[in-house]
Amino acid sequence: MKVSVIAAQGDVEEHVLMARRALKELGLEGNVIATIRKEDVAKSDGIILPGGESTTISKLIHAKSIAEEIKKAAKEGKPVMGTCAGSILLAKYGDEQIEKTKTKLLELMDIWVKRNAFGRQRESFQTTLNIKGIGDFEAVFIRAPAIIKAGNNVEILATLDDCIVAAKQGNILALAFHPELTNDTRLHKYFLELLLK
Amino acid sequence: MQLEKLRFGTELIKRGFAKMQKGGVIMDVTNAEQARIAEEAGAVAVMALHRVPADIRAAGGVARMADPKKIEEIMEAVTIPVMAKCRIGHISEAKALESLGVDMIDESEVLTPADAFFHIDKREFVVPFVCGARSLEEAVRRIWEGAAMIRTKGEAGTGNVVEAVRHMRLMNYAIQEVTKMDESELYSVAERYALPYKKLANAVAEEMGIKLREDEQIFGKYSMAEITDGLFEVLKEVKKLQRLPVVNFAAGGIATPADAALMMLLGSDGVFVGSGIFKSSNPPAYAKAIVEAVENWRDSRIVAEASKGLGEPMKGEEIDKLEEMLQSRGI
Repeated sequence: MKVSVIAAQGDVEEHVLMARRALKELGLEGNVIATIRKEDVAKSDGIILPGGESTTISKLIHAKSIAEEIKKAAKEGKPVMGTCAGSILLAKYGDEQIEKTKTKLLELMDIWVKRNAFGRQRESFQTTLNIKGIGDFEAVFIRAPAIIKAGNNVEILATLDDCIVAAKQGNILALAFHPELTNDTRLHKYFLELLLK
Repeated sequence: MQLEKLRFGTELIKRGFAKMQKGGVIMDVTNAEQARIAEEAGAVAVMALHRVPADIRAAGGVARMADPKKIEEIMEAVTIPVMAKCRIGHISEAKALESLGVDMIDESEVLTPADAFFHIDKREFVVPFVCGARSLEEAVRRIWEGAAMIRTKGEAGTGNVVEAVRHMRLMNYAIQEVTKMDESELYSVAERYALPYKKLANAVAEEMGIKLREDEQIFGKYSMAEITDGLFEVLKEVKKLQRLPVVNFAAGGIATPADAALMMLLGSDGVFVGSGIFKSSNPPAYAKAIVEAVENWRDSRIVAEASKGLGEPMKGEEIDKLEEMLQSRGI
């Protein structure tokens, strides 16, 4: 299996290393690459959109028509995971910050996202989340977004008070936090297992 | 929210924030309008300043933290992170910036240092810090003090990339050496790197004609042995990772898309551009082109394309004609 981490901007390398570890722990043959070439994206079986600045990443993937390839892959049923900024880009609907910055979204999930939902960096935090199908997970939220509303076809995997912070719609997985920054590979394994289905 | 279960300002969160900046360009801005131009061009963050370094150099006098009102206007204007500079060792400027809610503090040699002996103990803050370094030695000290991000000092405000290249090369070479060392050799390096912390205690000991006690607390609550152990731990991490354990950006003199690409080629995780954008003849075009070059530094055709018809870059200065080197502040 071939997994591409979209290397526009952000913590790309952390995802590559975690996905490689997860592959190994699952005993799967595969290859994880960081790429901004649309040919690579087209040929991958699964795609990861990393954390970073959503305004920057959105500009870069749209300028290079990688956005189109990601949409195509998602519609073919290939798994796509977005963490933090990546999860914003997966959404159909954004808040006023997203509108104000004219950030183009990939519109792959029926979710409404709010950028910097918990505040600025000073308000960034880590906490133990209970994630459906995973259990307790140490989650790192950095100027994190939140899903404030989701369509009926979206499966809610974790919440923090009124905010949804992990959700899945078919083959698409949105996480408001950064599993790639911890040592816990369970969410990356969860994502890779979607590739087997 | 169940506040008691949330933990703030941990090392993971601070270093994590810096990692989100990787592959990006952080731009110096002095007002809301410039901040909007930077965000529009694809900057990952802006650095709020009273004056860009080239103007600080020209103006002379003491350079201090920017007016909080200006910083707030910039924070209002954009959705991307806003960073701001405090003077080296100026704990109160840093506290003020933290209370404003800036996303990262740059304890910067570009401003006039406030403390001749020490940098800030950055572990005491919730907000992450970035610090300049000319060498592995300076970087290791800053990381032990809690910096979540390092940048080369370069020579700010000159539009001359030579010093940033020098600092990145020095750091890379030193890291290569570290990877070849065994633990006892590394410990000797840590002992050497710890020496500058002794400056205050040595001055007093000399003045009073006394000898320093071994367990004397010489920097905050830390003794020389604790500092050395701390630096040794950072060096072991450098050896294991074969790089700095925090994000390492280039800064100081980057003026063109090709300059930015060069710094990426030398292993920078991203680029700070100070005077290079708003001292050029066409800031929006320079801002976009530098973002493009950092993103595509491996593809020289794109770097060439991005560099076309940008107009005049900032004028720039030769290093040996400078009256003052900002980089030698704060070791």
